Amino acid sequence: MSNVNVEEPKSLFIAPVSKPAPGSVGKTGTWRHEKPVINEEKCVKCLLCWLYCPEDTILRREDDMVYVDYDYCKGCGICAKVCPVNAIDMVPEG
Amino acid sequence: MLLTWFQRGDDGMVVKTLTGNKAVAHAVKAARVKVVAAYPITPQTTIVETLADMIEHGEMNAKMIRVESEHSALAATLGAAAAGARSFTATSSHGLLLMHEVVWWTAGARIPVVMSVVTRAIGPPWNIHVDHNDIWDQRDSGWIISIAENNQEVFDLTLQAFRISEDPRVYLPMIVGLDGFILSHTVAPVDIPDQEKIDQWLPPRRQPYVITPESGVVMGNLAADEDYYMMRYSIQTAMVEAKKVISEVDDEYGEVFGRKYGGLVECFHCDGSKYNIVIAGSWSGDAKEAVLKLRDEGYSVGVLRVRYFRPWPDEEIRRLLSTSKGVLFIDRSISFGGKGHLLTEAMTNLAESTNLPAVRGVIAGLGGVDVGADEFYELTKSFIDEVEENGPFYDPLYWHIPQVYRGKYPERLPGYGKFSYERR
Repeated sequence: MSNVNVEEPKSLFIAPVSKPAPGSVGKTGTWRHEKPVINEEKCVKCLLCWLYCPEDTILRREDDMVYVDYDYCKGCGICAKVCPVNAIDMVPEG
Repeated sequence: MLLTWFQRGDDGMVVKTLTGNKAVAHAVKAARVKVVAAYPITPQTTIVETLADMIEHGEMNAKMIRVESEHSALAATLGAAAAGARSFTATSSHGLLLMHEVVWWTAGARIPVVMSVVTRAIGPPWNIHVDHNDIWDQRDSGWIISIAENNQEVFDLTLQAFRISEDPRVYLPMIVGLDGFILSHTVAPVDIPDQEKIDQWLPPRRQPYVITPESGVVMGNLAADEDYYMMRYSIQTAMVEAKKVISEVDDEYGEVFGRKYGGLVECFHCDGSKYNIVIAGSWSGDAKEAVLKLRDEGYSVGVLRVRYFRPWPDEEIRRLLSTSKGVLFIDRSISFGGKGHLLTEAMTNLAESTNLPAVRGVIAGLGGVDVGADEFYELTKSFIDEVEENGPFYDPLYWHIPQVYRGKYPERLPGYGKFSYERR
C-alpha cells in the first residue's frame, strides 16, 4: 500500500515484530535429543521427508539427495516416520 | 429514524442534535476511517448501524467487515490497521469481554486503533444499563482509556483519539468510553466542525510498521523473556509520553475548534477547594449541579472529573487534591474483594502527598441505578459535615444502597469500615 505513512516511533519502542529469517529465535537444534541420520544407500529420493519436515530443516541437493540442517532440526522424527524405505534412523544425542 | 435539525454557521460549523452513538459515527466519518469491523451489541449497536448506513449511501468511503463475534471484530480491525488502514470498532459489556484477548494483542502490537466502549453492566443477571465495570476491566491492557461526560465530548474525544493513538510518541490503541443510554441513546446538540478544518488538523495515518506481503514483517513471534519484559517497559514509556500528547492535543483542539477540556482531568471549581468529588462519566454533570448548589450555600467544594483512566492522571490528582481537606470518590464499579476503581487508583497519589485528606469511597449506580443531583448533594453535604464535626477519617467502601433496599442492608461490610486518624 503506497499511501501508508510508516513513521519511526519517537519514544522507546520495542514491538513484537520480526522479519522471518533462519534462526530468528536462536539455534533450535539444541532442543533435540534424538537426531535423524540419513542412510544414503537406502534413500530412494522420494522427497517425502523434505515435504513433511515442519521446520524446513531437511535440505535438498541438486541430485535430490537429502541432508539435515542440524543447527535447526528439533529432532521431532517426522522424517523417519514418513520414510517409506526406513532410510532415516533416529539416533540418541550425546 | 430520528429527525435531525441543523444550523449552518458562517464558519461552516454545523450544530446537530445527535445521540451519543451518532456523535461517534459522525466523528469516525470525519476522521476518514477506512475500515470498520464490528458485531452488534446493546447499547453500542446504533454506532455501527449508522456507519453501515453512511458507507452504504456513499457518504463515507470505507469498508465494513461483518464478522461472527467481537473477538473477530477487533481481530479484523487490528489486521486492517496493521496493513495501514485507519480502523475503528465499537462494543459494550459482554462483547468487550469476548474480545478481551485481542484487546491485549492490539496494544502489544503497538498498532493505533480506535474503539468506542459504550459502558454497560456485565451479566448475570442480564442488564443493559450503564455501569463502569466493563470499561475499567481493560485498564491493565495497554490501551489509552478515556471517558466522556456528554455527547459533544464524545464527538471531540473520538476525533482526538485518532490523533493521539497515531502519534509517533504513543503508537497505542485508544478506547473512548460513553455511558450506555445516558449518552448513547439520548440526543443533545453537537457541534460538528467543518470537514476541511478537520482534514487540516488530523494528519494522514501514521504507524510504526505495516504488515503487507511486500513488507515481509510478521507480528507475534516467540521472543526471549527479556525481550518480552522490555516490550512491557516500552508500553509504559509510551503511556508516559501519552500524558504529554493528550494535553497538547487538548490545547490544539481548543485553539482550532474552540473546545478545551483540561487534558487528563477536568477541574470544575476543584483547584483550591476544601472538598472535592472525584468522578467519571456522564453523571459528573449531576455531581456538578450538586456542587453548584453547595457552593451557593457557602461550601468550598468542586469536582475533579477523570477524563482519562489510562494513562492515569497521577500529577493532576496529586496537585489538585494536595490541599483538599476531604475527597469523596464516586465509583460506578467495584473490584470484588477490593474497592472502587477511582479510589484505588487515586489513593496511590494521595499516599505520595504530604497532606492526607479525609476520604470516603462511595459505590453507587451499579447496573444503571439512577443517582441524581439531589443524591449527590446529600452524599457530599453529609460527608463534609462529618469531616467538619469529627475530623479526618478513612471510609473506603461505602455502599450507596438503592432506595428500595436502604435500611435492610449495612452500608459498610466487615473489614471495610470507617476509621479516624490523626492528620499528618
